[in-house]
Amino acid sequence: MRAAVIVFPGSNCDRDMAVALRAAGADVQMVWHKDAALPDKLDLVAIPGGFSFGDYLRCGAIAAQSPICKAVVGHVERGGYALGVCNGFQVLTETGLLPGALMRNAGLKFICKAVGLTVATSDSAFTEGYNAGDVLQFPVAHHDGNYTTDPETLARLQGEDRVAFTYESALNGSLADIAGVLSENRRVLGMMPHPERAVDMGHGGTDGQALFRGLLGQLTQA
Amino acid sequence: MKARVHVMLKNGVLDPQGAAVQHALGSLGFDGVEGVRQGKVIELDLADGTSEATIGEMCEKLLANTVIESYKIEVL
Repeated sequence: MRAAVIVFPGSNCDRDMAVALRAAGADVQMVWHKDAALPDKLDLVAIPGGFSFGDYLRCGAIAAQSPICKAVVGHVERGGYALGVCNGFQVLTETGLLPGALMRNAGLKFICKAVGLTVATSDSAFTEGYNAGDVLQFPVAHHDGNYTTDPETLARLQGEDRVAFTYESALNGSLADIAGVLSENRRVLGMMPHPERAVDMGHGGTDGQALFRGLLGQLTQA
Repeated sequence: MKARVHVMLKNGVLDPQGAAVQHALGSLGFDGVEGVRQGKVIELDLADGTSEATIGEMCEKLLANTVIESYKIEVL
């Protein structure tokens, strides 16, 4: 599987993401935000966590207008896979590739801790390594993870089984405790918790490995 | 020419920052603050003749996230 990790000024989980993907067996290239094109024959684009462009205007808003994001939109429109974690999820909602928006946490505090995360569906390349209902331990580290959308979109996400993960207990005010959502074709996942920070026992747990291995399994067959 | 864009969370979208400001005003002894909504003001220096429609496009594409925010354009 060929993967690219996008690097914005202010990204800070880009190298963790590359390490997690490489550990699962992916061929990973780092791509700078000013590049206008992605590497050829790419299977997956990963948009990492961090504080792209200092979170100016809104989290992810400036990054979503960068040259590389036009290429990311093209990649997804051609049926390519994309994973956005934390700030990457915010960028994906700002580009319109995923519905909804991420607002300031309801408690106004930055939340940095390991949380219980319930797998809401195993029907995607990202979650097929889990069973629906599994509870995982993933770190979260965000100030703006309060997922919101209009009632019609929420009903559609739930009806189409596109909620990928929910928080085991209320965390940040997210609608229906949503922690991650899938695109209509199930090839784009955005999530606030950090799977790439849960792939090494030295960091407290390895519940994230199955996400990267599952992705590798699915995309290498394809 | 100058224009001022006001960006606010849409009505019905819970504004936790506004609620915190309201609470702080209450603890300063200001009674009767029944609601606070916090938004942004963005001032634009524009080439003369820039149409309001163009400014609207700027709002739709970047300045506001219309999933959660509404905007108002004031040409000065």
